[in-house]
Parts: sequence; C-alpha cells; structure tokens
Amino acid sequence: MDIEVIKRYLPLFSKAFLLTIKIGWLGIALAFALGIVCAFTMYYKLPVLSAIVRFYVELFRNTPLLVQLFFIYYGLPSIGIRISAELCGTLGLGLLGGSYMAESIRSGLEAVPAIQSESAKSLGMTKWQAFRYVIAPQAFNISVPGLLANVIFLLKETSVFSAISLMDLMFTAKDLIGLHYNTTESLFLLVLFYILMLLPVSFAGSLIEKKVRFGMYGD
Amino acid sequence: MGIEVIFKGKNLVRLLAGLGAAMKISLISVAISIVLGIALGMLMTLKKPVINAITRVYLEIVRIMPQMVLLFIVFFGFTKLTGLNLSAEVSAVIVFSFWGTAEMADLVRGCMISIPVIQYESSAALGLSRLQTFIYVIVPQIVRRLLPLSINLITRMIKTTSLVMMIGIVEVLKVGQQIIEANRKTAPNAAFGVFAVVFLLYFAVCWPIGRLSKYLEKKWEN
Repeated sequence: MDIEVIKRYLPLFSKAFLLTIKIGWLGIALAFALGIVCAFTMYYKLPVLSAIVRFYVELFRNTPLLVQLFFIYYGLPSIGIRISAELCGTLGLGLLGGSYMAESIRSGLEAVPAIQSESAKSLGMTKWQAFRYVIAPQAFNISVPGLLANVIFLLKETSVFSAISLMDLMFTAKDLIGLHYNTTESLFLLVLFYILMLLPVSFAGSLIEKKVRFGMYGD
Repeated sequence: MGIEVIFKGKNLVRLLAGLGAAMKISLISVAISIVLGIALGMLMTLKKPVINAITRVYLEIVRIMPQMVLLFIVFFGFTKLTGLNLSAEVSAVIVFSFWGTAEMADLVRGCMISIPVIQYESSAALGLSRLQTFIYVIVPQIVRRLLPLSINLITRMIKTTSLVMMIGIVEVLKVGQQIIEANRKTAPNAAFGVFAVVFLLYFAVCWPIGRLSKYLEKKWEN
C-alpha cells in the first residue's frame, strides 16, 4: 500500500463517489415514487392498470439490473430511443427499485386486516380518514423493514453501472487497475468509499427499524 | 428488430449455453451456501459471545459490500496478494458462496428462533429425547419456514451471477454481445432483439422458481 498513490487517486474516487451517490439516490427517489403508485394500483385492483403493473413488477423483480441496463442502454438505441448513460442508470435503478418497493408497500397494505377498515367505517370515518389514521400507520410499520432492505439493496446495485461506462466507483477502480496495476490501492479505496456510502445507511436503518418495532410491539 | 438473428445458425443454442454457464456457477454456489449456511445458522443460535461477534461482522460486511466489489477483491486482489492465479469461475463461486452463506445463515437463524419454546417443553412433557424432539418436532417446522425462503435465495443467486460477465466469464450477456458484433453488417439493429431475448430468458428462469417459493409459503403458512 502506497500512501502517495492513494493521495493521487483520492480526487478521482471522490468524483466517482459523488456521481454514484447522486445516481443512486435519484434512482431510489424514483423507485419510491414508482413503487407507491404501483402499490396502490395493485391494492385497489384498478382494472387493466393493475394487470399492467403486476406484469411490470414480476418482469423487473425476476431479471438482473445488469440485463435491464444492457437492454435500455444498448438495446433501445437500435429502435431509435437513445438516452445518456446517467439517465439510463437512474432510470434502470428506478425501474428495478420501483418493482421491489411496490411489492413491499403492497404487502404492508394487505397485511392490515380487513376488520380495521370495516371498524373505521362503522365509526363514521370517511374513506380518506380511515386510510390516513387507521390503515396507513399500520401498513407503514409493516413495510418499513422491507423498504429499508430495498434501499440498501439498490445502493449496492449501483456497482453495476460501470457496465454502461458510467464513471462510477467501480469503473474508476477497474480503470485504474488496468492503467497502473495499483490493484491494492484501488481496491482499498473502492471498499473505503462503499463503506462510507452504505455503513451510515445501514446504521440509520437499524435505528429506524427499532423505532418502528417499538411503535408496533412496545419492546 | 434483430429477432431473426437469434434463430440464425446456432445462435439460440449459444445463448442458452451462455445461460447454462451462469447457471452452473449459481447452482454450485447455492449448494455450498445452503450447507455452510445451515451450519453457521445453527452456530449463531448457540448464543456464544465470540461466535456472535464474528458472525455479526461477517453479516454486516456481506450486507453493505456490493457483490461486484467482492468479486473484484477476490479476482484481482487475491492474485495480487498471493501470486496464485484464481480462475474467474472459481473466484465467482467463492464470492457467491461467501455471500450466500451469510444470507442462508441469517434465514436459518431467523427460522430457528421463531420456533416457540412451548414446542420444546411439550415434547419434553411427552417424553421425547432431545434428539427425537429435534428430528420429529423442530426440523419439520423449520423446513416448512426455511424452504420457501431458500428457494427465493436461489433466484437472487441466479440474478446476481449475471455479474460474472464483468470479470470475463462468457455467459449469456457476453454471448449476446458476440452475436451482435458478428452480425453487425447484416443486421445492424440486432441489439434490441438480442438483449430483449436475454431479458426474457432470465425472466423465464427466475419467475417459475419465484412462484414455487410463493406457492410453498402460502401452502405452509400455518
């Protein structure tokens, strides 16, 4: 391990780190938005739409992100749809994440027993009130562990972006290994930055999970 | 659109062979992970502080390190450190087993601690020995909870093996690229069709396995 090499590489990795974080969190935001819409479409069984959503969710949950990115980035241009690598990364992560989030949110909603909404109704609550004050808080608590696991999973999946030549952490490491053979230093920085990216999230996740568990069971 | 390229010559067979190469790696890793994972999961329920501390660090590493990073560490780093040359396939099996064992161990641990104490007490009250309790009472319940979850792990393993392309193993995506390159002149727009087929191939493999897992989970719910 050569400190000079690490010093020299640090700016490159920092730049890649920021790009990875940017695309990662943008993708996760997109995934949440898409997941919420899809989950409610499936929960309320909207005709036609829920069939389409179900197909999308199954399709993206059962294929790897790498294959999805290849299809979007290398496949779609041959039928005339050309998008930048950054947008492709965000979109790919968002679509993949959307299907995972949709499943987590939907299973949370469906885990709330029917008697809850019936009781709310008999107490004279409107549909919205029943949802806002009775269903949503319970469903949210059930969904949280799954959603947090998804966030970590999606942040880890950002490592695949190098395949579509995005200058992310993985790409930078691979590039530098190929250029200068400073394998140890490159891998060290790669691991360091992924720890920097994921350890706080993992830690915050455990705290949130504990809070939610307390809300549900009081222990 | 490039669909016709798939049916030209041996292209479809080649794609399937590529899928087979990825599948072989994932199945070997799954087998290793299940065996090691069950052993480790049982160790984790013993509540020995040293074992717990080590396994916690191990699980946390697997939880936050992308498989791709682990793949690079083993494939490039190991060679650099020891001078031994690991083939890409062996590196992939090592990494996916390392990852799968942690996942499996966590599932096993979760299932084992979810068995209520009353099951053990009732068995003791019925005069069953410890071994009998374990074989006839505990294991059947654990298997019912564990099997759907471990089948799910298999689909995740299959999806993750698509990464091996990045360390130079010729699997289905790589074969797809080769086919596109070879037909660059006659079918310049083959990329769409070829990658769509690869997409659907993965779906065709993972979807039924996922359904099986869901079916078993529903069937054994209570």
